[in-house]
Amino acid sequence: MRDIVDISIVGAGPAGATAALVVGQTECRSLLIDEQRQAGGQVWRAKDRSILSAPATPESRSGDNLRERLAASGVSQMTDTRVWQIERQGEHWVIHTLRNGTAGRLYSRAVILATGAREEAQPVRGWTTPGVIGLAGATALFKQSIRLPGRASVVAGTGPLVFFVASEIRRLGGTVAAVVTPNTRADWLARLPSMMARPDLLWRGGRWVADLMLASVPIYWGHAVKSVSGDDRVIGVTLCRLATDGTPLPGDIGIAADSVCLGGGLAPSIEAAQLAGVAVRYRPDLGGWVSEAESDGSTAREGLFLAGDSCGIRGAVAAELHGQIVARTALRHIGQASASDPALERAYRRASRFGEAMTALSVLRADPIGLATPDTVVCRCESLTRRAIEDEIESGAVSSNAVKSGQRAGMGPCGGKYCQSSVARLIALQENRALSEIAPPTPRPPIRPVPVSALAGDFDYGDLPMPKPAPL
Amino acid sequence: MSENHDIAIIGGGIMGCAAALRLASGGMAPIVLDRGDLGQGASGVNAGTLSLQIKRVRLMPYALKGHEEWARMGDAVGFRRTGGYTLAFTEREAELLTERQTLKAEAGAPIEFVTNNQVLSAEPNLTRRVLAASYCHEDGYANSSLTGQYYRGRLREASVPYRERCAVTSITRDTQGFVLHTGGPPIKARRILLAAGAWLKPVAAMLGVDLPVNARINTVSVTERMPPLFATVIGHATGLLTMKQKGNGTILIGGGWQGRGTPQEGRGEVIADSLIPNLSLAQFALPKLGQARVLRSWTGFEANVPDFYPLAGELPGVPDAFVLGCVRGGYTIGPYIGRLMGDFILGHSPEMPLFNPGRDFEKDAT
Repeated sequence: MRDIVDISIVGAGPAGATAALVVGQTECRSLLIDEQRQAGGQVWRAKDRSILSAPATPESRSGDNLRERLAASGVSQMTDTRVWQIERQGEHWVIHTLRNGTAGRLYSRAVILATGAREEAQPVRGWTTPGVIGLAGATALFKQSIRLPGRASVVAGTGPLVFFVASEIRRLGGTVAAVVTPNTRADWLARLPSMMARPDLLWRGGRWVADLMLASVPIYWGHAVKSVSGDDRVIGVTLCRLATDGTPLPGDIGIAADSVCLGGGLAPSIEAAQLAGVAVRYRPDLGGWVSEAESDGSTAREGLFLAGDSCGIRGAVAAELHGQIVARTALRHIGQASASDPALERAYRRASRFGEAMTALSVLRADPIGLATPDTVVCRCESLTRRAIEDEIESGAVSSNAVKSGQRAGMGPCGGKYCQSSVARLIALQENRALSEIAPPTPRPPIRPVPVSALAGDFDYGDLPMPKPAPL
Repeated sequence: MSENHDIAIIGGGIMGCAAALRLASGGMAPIVLDRGDLGQGASGVNAGTLSLQIKRVRLMPYALKGHEEWARMGDAVGFRRTGGYTLAFTEREAELLTERQTLKAEAGAPIEFVTNNQVLSAEPNLTRRVLAASYCHEDGYANSSLTGQYYRGRLREASVPYRERCAVTSITRDTQGFVLHTGGPPIKARRILLAAGAWLKPVAAMLGVDLPVNARINTVSVTERMPPLFATVIGHATGLLTMKQKGNGTILIGGGWQGRGTPQEGRGEVIADSLIPNLSLAQFALPKLGQARVLRSWTGFEANVPDFYPLAGELPGVPDAFVLGCVRGGYTIGPYIGRLMGDFILGHSPEMPLFNPGRDFEKDAT
């Protein structure tokens, strides 16, 4: 007799973990699955054992608090576990997992996907030089192991994340050579009314900027990193100012640095939901292609619910509230009485207003591909340059799938996560079409690479379920 | 404004494109329409195996001609003639291998039986548990991902217009021929060729014809790049495995294991209960495959009729309408049978006989 869970939750970040806490208060059987060793996701990532004595931050406190609540709740957790496929079988969802090199499957009546976000790449000349990391990657370094990206870092990107990363580098004793952001001060002022929805968060962000200014860290508003120099290690970057429409203006500025934190904004992680059959739509204001879901998390697929950033980037605070709302929807689905909570929904709407304003700032003014030269690598798995992709489009490959087929852009280990937005932008530019018309490539399992031996396992040849041979 | 063409071809896969090229070279003005991208259906997502050892006996002459076509297309489609082994691991499989490959050799394929030692000296990384094997030096593969881009180039060269993301929603008739309704202005053509692969049934239904077309949902997987592990195309006596290592080191695994979904829904789903035995069989044949990580698995819809022979000829009951599809081994045979179809429509007598789409499928069923 197979074991059937009532509600499985994939992703133990703010949305998934809080959903698990709500579900954990009921009688129903639930399971929280995550890739990391401990719950917390990217935002509330747990510290490595070696640095437990490091001073607490608001993120580490929220994360520790969450982990304590999860432990006390008795919610079953399956950490260090990758989900590689989700499929519907009869009345149930089957979640295919990989843990310690062994494949497994979980049967569940309902699934909440809380797969969060990933960072977009920012292809400029030299972005693949060792010493360049993403802004999100930098935060993982700080939170998990208190490591710095280098001795002197240029921190570049949009929205609040660039200031958070810069202030963390300073707090941990590093040097910020410069902060570079395509946003202008006017961009930020325009968002103030929405940010007032959460004055606490606004205050915290303001302190990051004030700290940088007090320390005389140069902040280049309305600028972008145009290229990174250095062969086997970063030695510096070149900046340019951006016009109001985002195009680069003449007059380069050189800055010496041994590392660069380069962010291209966050995009929802939609692959798991796509494989489960959930449609996507283009919402540039929410980070790009988002999974189609109602605000209560329900989707067109029965028993499948989405929570948090995967249905649009709104940030951790909104995700935490959304997780609680979606958990109630899932509980109702499996027949547990769970009334909706108007106060919770109001709080979610407030947090969303703030989060959506931050996302709007994070959507680059500059076309991210606009700074890539013809020789700039766009697909790093297959070392394809902008020119190679443009030539392919010129010769008639005018969809993401066609460029993938013809040039292998998206066929490497990253599965297209790094290049698909750039490829779509190049098609849009060359074909004079809207980005909303250029769908991402068809998603393919596994969601993460899986060793053949893990899937095959130990088997007797005679037990393989061989179908009838093909007709002669 | 509508356009007028000598013939409209619905379906821009290998067969539709190959027919269009032949028709254009014979003096007709075709247009190719596809609901998605060119060569993105079965033509572009199959495992790319060009193996005479897995072709049907009666289709062998067509497959031999197909191999010549692929060799001519060469590098542009990633063609490699590597030779290929078909393996049997049990007594029952060995019998099947002997029976089937003997008939295929008699039909003209240069297939020979080889010893276990011959297999292992050529491919030392294969399992020691090979009981019987056959070899065909003609076998190899091409890169099916390049199909779309290849035919785009050929159609452009031949000045044959094509429309991608152009689904035909209905077909009506006027005094001149057919009127194809799409999202844009209607397209008029004196003749029509249905080459829509797994979508043939709904397309033929627009002309009031019920074709008994079903779709198989074949699963294919690819690994990350690996050091060279084998050089030939590896198959299995049952046909349930094809495996090749590409020049870039990735290993492509197929064999026709069934996923889930229908062409009408537009989405095929990889199912673990099919993928796992497929990969297990591959790992059994090549134990070192276990170390490789699977990067992607996908499905493609392969059209067939109950007797598993092609539809290639006039669409029954509809003058000036033709149909081409459901060719078992369609990747291999497609470029050739597309050319034959072009000849037929041009009024020439084709080099080899076509397959009457109006036949009694139950009678011929095997």
